[in-house]
Amino acid sequence: MRVTCVVNGETRQADDVWPGESLLYVLRERLGLPGAKNACEQGECGSCTVYLDGLPVCSCLVAAGQADGRTITTVEGLATGSGEEQLDRVQRAFLATGAVQCGFCTPGLIVAVHDLLARDPAPTDPDIREALAGNLCRCTGYEKIMEAVRLAATS
Amino acid sequence: MEFLRPSDWAEALAAKAAHPDAVPIAGGTDVMVDLNFDRSRPAALLDLTRVPTLDDWGTDGDLLRIGAGVTYRRLIDELAGRVPGLALASRTVGSPQIRNRATVGGNLGSASPAGDAHPALLAAGALVELASTRGTRRVPVTEYFVGPKRSVKTPDELIAAFLVPARPGAEQFAKVGTRNAMVIAVCSFALSLDPETHAVGTGIGSAGPTPLRATEAADFLAAELPWETRGPVPAAMANRFGDLVGAAARPIDDVRGSADYRRHALAVLARRTLAWAWTDLGGAA
Repeated sequence: MRVTCVVNGETRQADDVWPGESLLYVLRERLGLPGAKNACEQGECGSCTVYLDGLPVCSCLVAAGQADGRTITTVEGLATGSGEEQLDRVQRAFLATGAVQCGFCTPGLIVAVHDLLARDPAPTDPDIREALAGNLCRCTGYEKIMEAVRLAATS
Repeated sequence: MEFLRPSDWAEALAAKAAHPDAVPIAGGTDVMVDLNFDRSRPAALLDLTRVPTLDDWGTDGDLLRIGAGVTYRRLIDELAGRVPGLALASRTVGSPQIRNRATVGGNLGSASPAGDAHPALLAAGALVELASTRGTRRVPVTEYFVGPKRSVKTPDELIAAFLVPARPGAEQFAKVGTRNAMVIAVCSFALSLDPETHAVGTGIGSAGPTPLRATEAADFLAAELPWETRGPVPAAMANRFGDLVGAAARPIDDVRGSADYRRHALAVLARRTLAWAWTDLGGAA
């Protein structure tokens, strides 16, 4: 089947899509957007988090055909350019605080934090933990991640 | 594999009638896991996310009718005051990403004994609205589940909505798990106290082959609670209620917990939810 959707502001099209494959697979393997990561494939880890029509979702749990005609923003779509100055404030905060270890969970966390700060510009620590409950960091770097969110909220 | 995408309810029912083996998909939080792990290869997927009426909710006489496609996120944001027990249960579902997609319709479709919505629906006395090209029927949720992941829904039927009383009583929900998010219930319990009719509703999750009610416990509480005075609930009454709830469970030993632990935990959850719900009604602590 053919899937057409708006990804990071551009209309993109993928052909010969198997209807049972996930949006994550379409993004990574068909559209050349490897930012969202493939880890658990069951919605547990949050590393594949993207915006679908403005809401953060696990792209591994969206069937490719369900994304047809929808609007998607991936971590690649958050920065206005490739220079460090053009990164989103959440990305800059993760860099500044060293909230990145192996980096695998980072893209999903960036999207989840971006959404949190759009809804709540000054979240408390419990609010942050609740908002990030669906994103696992197997390096267990949560303290630096908390620091990054606090910094992003004030920058 | 075919991908069927009806754009309205009539088309969806026609598609299901023509393809009874098609697997309906809404939030995908169960269906896609099975596909990703090669556990199932259905002949067709029936995408319900383009059927607008499934996202509607509104009153229907004395009942509140909530479309099967309303997500947990929306239940929490829009309906917490109208379905308080279900909203509490919704907050324990998965993570924000999961709640943005997952639906009560999907929970009912999967019919897992561990589904988080089920105890709250049982306690509230909900109806499940099933539809096919043959017609529409409303099944009490108490009769809906027939076994692990099995329900009375026939292969040509789709879940249209669920209905609960438009004026809820005091409703509470509690769940035991290994962490506060992304967890399948070890066991869960929902309680509803109706101050008008003095009726008590109960729902037990993840402690039997299906979600269960604790009818003996509910009858005991309905008869014994000091409804008129709203005086304190005697400890002996709360303990007896908890014991009856534990006895109503039919748990097994499994990877998430032992049967004994589940009975014990359910008795504790029953006492706690009773104390919270009684306080909600202005009862003495």
